[in-house]
Amino acid sequence: MLLGVMATLAIPQWVDDFALIQITIYVVMAILAISQAFIWGFSGILCFGQATFFGLGAYTYALAVVNMGESTLPVLLAIALPGMFAVLLGYFMFYGRLSDVYMGVITLTVSLIFFSSVNSTAGPEWRIGNAPLGGFNGIPAIPSINFPGNPEDPLDAVTFFYLCAFSLIAIYGGLRWLISSRIGHVIVAIKENEQRATLLGFDARAFKLFAFTVGGCIAGLSGCFFANWGSFTSPTVFSLGQSAQIIVWVIVGGLGTLVGPIIGCMAIQWLTTQIGTQQTFNSNLVLGVILVVFVLLVPKGIIPSLGDVLQKLFGKKVAKGEDA
Amino acid sequence: MSTVPLIETRNLNMRFGGVHATRDVNFKLSDGELRCIIGPNGAGKSTFFKQLTGQLRPTSGQVLFRGQDITGCQPHVPARLGIGIKTQVPSLFNGLSVWENVWLSACRVYPKAKALEVTRDTLERVGLTNLQKSTAGMLAHGQRQWVELAVVIAADPGLILLDEPAAGMSDQEVRRTADLILEINKSHALIVVEHDMSFIRMIAKMVTVFHQGAILTEDLPDAVMNNPTVRQVYLGKKAA
Repeated sequence: MLLGVMATLAIPQWVDDFALIQITIYVVMAILAISQAFIWGFSGILCFGQATFFGLGAYTYALAVVNMGESTLPVLLAIALPGMFAVLLGYFMFYGRLSDVYMGVITLTVSLIFFSSVNSTAGPEWRIGNAPLGGFNGIPAIPSINFPGNPEDPLDAVTFFYLCAFSLIAIYGGLRWLISSRIGHVIVAIKENEQRATLLGFDARAFKLFAFTVGGCIAGLSGCFFANWGSFTSPTVFSLGQSAQIIVWVIVGGLGTLVGPIIGCMAIQWLTTQIGTQQTFNSNLVLGVILVVFVLLVPKGIIPSLGDVLQKLFGKKVAKGEDA
Repeated sequence: MSTVPLIETRNLNMRFGGVHATRDVNFKLSDGELRCIIGPNGAGKSTFFKQLTGQLRPTSGQVLFRGQDITGCQPHVPARLGIGIKTQVPSLFNGLSVWENVWLSACRVYPKAKALEVTRDTLERVGLTNLQKSTAGMLAHGQRQWVELAVVIAADPGLILLDEPAAGMSDQEVRRTADLILEINKSHALIVVEHDMSFIRMIAKMVTVFHQGAILTEDLPDAVMNNPTVRQVYLGKKAA
């Protein structure tokens, strides 16, 4: 975390504006990655539709800020509304005792329903207050986050970077604290053996619902920052590609760690940007190859594998216990 | 002593399609009692346990714990009321340490400091202190049986259900497990399902025999083992 704080303070001094904006989107997506890392890696909930909460956060912020002008309440709404939707969806999944496979299918289907529904809102009749939904064209010119209570004073690129980066650090720290708390231990125990946890008297459904909601809120915040970053959002935030991308970040970074998916997300996004600068290779093709290589050759992901290598080299547990 | 049985079942039935797994089971256990349940494979013993712990909702009939109807309640509810179970195949948090396994059980019942104390005491009581840092999934079968026993007793339940606690153990381990169960019985009521008759002889005061989902007989161990019907359906005619 100290490294993260130091990097956050140093980056704006070292890089130009274009690079800073690029790094900011890496950080925004890393917040999304950490939400999936928590609910999948620590709670064992296989959610194929984390993009649902990301998209809800983006659209909630966009619609609210266009109507309200001032951004403080829209930011809070962009966290709360995806959280409430996670409660609703999670209630039916966990209290309906659905198995992991069905849970994956349902969460993916819900995100695709949002994708399809929002795509069909292009007409002028589709508006909430002053904000048109825009259909497949999305919502452009979304007002930026401003200093609380002062809509005339939006954050500049550097301040917005600080907001995103310190949010990521705070979320990382908060999740580390949660995982090490009693509730966190029970959540991990339920992932290990739900039957045993239940037979000890823990209501596994409630703990899973809590973890799923936390993940939904974090993804919602990420969506809010995303809408701010480009002053734009469109239905692609709910797309299959978006959901798949989040899963790839976690697999590449390392399931069961928090820092791994952050690194996986940033590395893949950087790579995607680099591939986009040339015409020889298609970026989706390269990402597909990376995923196959990781699944077959580095199934644990970057961070756990790195921990194993260091353990072999130095004969002691290094990095492995970092998140466990 | 209260006249209300610790646990009681009334006409408990469980059907899986055409299979009648338990049929009209009327069972009572008093506080502090140790009861052994025996019966051939498929007699309905494990199904009976699952009905007591809410893992299976009975087709008909009632389960009462301390007079409270717990029939078909959510599986975490009986545990909260004070029913602990050690399952037939050890069910542990395999990726966690022995200490964490036991602590998780204790922390559901006790506040933080007390939970740590109970965890330490329980590990010592079951003889697992030297294994407390080991990962549960890496232990041998017999050790896993004891860890699960420690997990169950750390929550201090009023009733402990043990499904084949001595399965897969050496003679020495079986002896130690029997001693442990007798020691636990000083403060807890237990129901023990077991196939090993020598183990039953070590611990049993009263034995209930299941056959084809129903209670065949309930009696003292020697009387059960000399019962010709029991010998025929379970022990075999030539059994001692």
